[in-house]
Amino acid sequence: MRDASAPDLVQVDGLKMYFPVYSGVLRRHSGDIKAVDDVSFTIRAGETLGLVGESGCGKSTLGRAMLRLYDPTAGRVVIDGEDIARLSPEALRKKRPTMQMVFQDPQASLNPRMSLSSIIGEPLVEHTALTTAQRQDRIYELMDQVGLNRRFANRFPHEFSGGQRQRIGIARALALNPKFIVCDEPIAALDVSIQAQVVNLLEDLQDKLGLTYLFISHDLSMVRHIADRVAVMYLGRIVELSPRDDLYARPLHPYAEALLSAVNEPNPERARTRSRILLKGDLPSPANPPKGCNFCTRCPKVFDRCLTEKPALVQVEPGRKVACHLFQTLKPTAGSTGGFHTQDDFQQGVTL
Amino acid sequence: MADEAAPVLDVRGLTTVFHTRQGEIHAVNAVSFALKRGEVLGVVGESGSGKSVTMMSLVGLLPTPPAEVRAGQVMLGTRDLLQMSAKDLSDVRGAKVGFVFQDPMTSLNPVFTVENQICEPLTRHMGLSKAQARARSVELLELVGIPDAAKRVKYYPHQFSGGMRQRVMIAIALACEPDLLIADEPTTALDVTIQAQIIELMKDLQKKLGMAIIWITHDMGVIAGIADRVMVMYGGQVVEHAPVDQIFHSPQHPYTRALLRTIPTITGKREARLSVIEGQPPIMAQAPKACPFGARCAHHFARCDAENPQRRPLDCLPLGQGHDVACHWSAEVGYA
Repeated sequence: MRDASAPDLVQVDGLKMYFPVYSGVLRRHSGDIKAVDDVSFTIRAGETLGLVGESGCGKSTLGRAMLRLYDPTAGRVVIDGEDIARLSPEALRKKRPTMQMVFQDPQASLNPRMSLSSIIGEPLVEHTALTTAQRQDRIYELMDQVGLNRRFANRFPHEFSGGQRQRIGIARALALNPKFIVCDEPIAALDVSIQAQVVNLLEDLQDKLGLTYLFISHDLSMVRHIADRVAVMYLGRIVELSPRDDLYARPLHPYAEALLSAVNEPNPERARTRSRILLKGDLPSPANPPKGCNFCTRCPKVFDRCLTEKPALVQVEPGRKVACHLFQTLKPTAGSTGGFHTQDDFQQGVTL
Repeated sequence: MADEAAPVLDVRGLTTVFHTRQGEIHAVNAVSFALKRGEVLGVVGESGSGKSVTMMSLVGLLPTPPAEVRAGQVMLGTRDLLQMSAKDLSDVRGAKVGFVFQDPMTSLNPVFTVENQICEPLTRHMGLSKAQARARSVELLELVGIPDAAKRVKYYPHQFSGGMRQRVMIAIALACEPDLLIADEPTTALDVTIQAQIIELMKDLQKKLGMAIIWITHDMGVIAGIADRVMVMYGGQVVEHAPVDQIFHSPQHPYTRALLRTIPTITGKREARLSVIEGQPPIMAQAPKACPFGARCAHHFARCDAENPQRRPLDCLPLGQGHDVACHWSAEVGYA
């Protein structure tokens, strides 16, 4: 588990997810919301990749596009050897059991008219040929795994608390023995004391079942706890992708640095003495991102080049990738570094 | 100017129940606290712990029925808010007590301009003319750091971003220079970088204007950054109350301790496993006869079921000024 030499289970390559904007009387296509704009990364088997960023940065869209809940505009998403961005509907359906999702709002993602056992059992009905008795056994097994009492099998979602509902959502995601699970803000709607319960459950399940997670969250301290590597997203692009300890000890990208300095620490002395990097202004609209670096409108370290040229995500230290001109003395040209990480390094390309 | 040491707000034994078809829910149970000028009281607790209901009871913002403020005394200066007529109370709200709520989109009126909404308390409470109020509203927007205020004052709420809307809410709350500002999870709906902006702004404004602030949140990190004193609520009652440093350094109630341990941090040692508080928060279906935290407490013993613990000062200061805790175990054994 969490072994650096493990093979890549998920490979995302140049993924773009644009939502078209239509305007005028004729509803002409007048532009795109670039929710995810040319993103590439890999996730090793058994690893947890944390994905952080502010609301509207495209992290949820990325998670959904990766499972093809949206049809991506461009790019490849290879999960367990198959490019799911291009699979036919029938092949995609067969692929679905490998990849599952846990949603943010357990209230909205569970059908209020279905009992717990029919919610957890539905994927089994759809994708397996189990008999009714076998299915019931599997449902009980799943309920045990996520810590739900078997007596609750015939209850309905409204009879459960938020934390228990999230356990139901996790049991449903586990029903088909997936390899890869996208957790889209699974704890954001829960109280602090319940958050820890759910996070511990996710970690236990990972150890037991060898799961691979994409953990999407805006809670940087929880991501530090659960993730092995962390990707920081800003306005549709990944600005930094680093191993967890490196990122939290010394963030490289100015946005990652500001984001970390904005976290409220439960320590009054540190809160009094530390200096925050206060970002000015708000997130620009993804329909009309800045011409140069997406962060150039708010960056405290902005300089000329940032205004005209989008920085590529390149490796600046072993295992650490940053998309920032401060760390790129030479303009990268494809193939200049050679070796094994070329393709990955220039994923975001330089668009002028 | 009032006596500096006299409290702006003094709440004693506040008890609020809700009448529902399933019977009474005891949402707030004998809550007492006081606040001096220029002080920030942080109120923490999980959802359902009664922190918002407490603050709404103070100024009659709860619909009655189903709510009923059953007992207590809420002294704002020399007047008891609970004894006031509805009309008098509406003179207090907005003028003496300002509010900032969690979600600025739902608390601003979408069909009026921001100017309109800032002018309302100014003409209603301060007796300003329309022209004076308009001039003042631009000043207020500048005060809360909205650039280009003279132009933006004509905007509608949807034309602002979330952080800017919250600044507008703060401007409205501060319009009449209230003695007390109640901020109910003002940063919860905002992103971290915007959260940081709003917190810095509030600190700054407080230094300038010197009002007392009650800051309700479930985020211990926010509390550490802004509060002078902290009140921890659980199951509708105050379980611990102390100056901010003591809450973080020597928490005495098992709930406070557990709460602090469940939060991961971004600096310091990374725990291999998060510690959890097992179980669920209680639903207060009856007046508490036992400790509300008993069922989830690691130090639970017989007395906890027999008797609801009272707040007990841990230092020689009067209750509500120093460090106090409501726990039988801490009274009999305590943390070393």
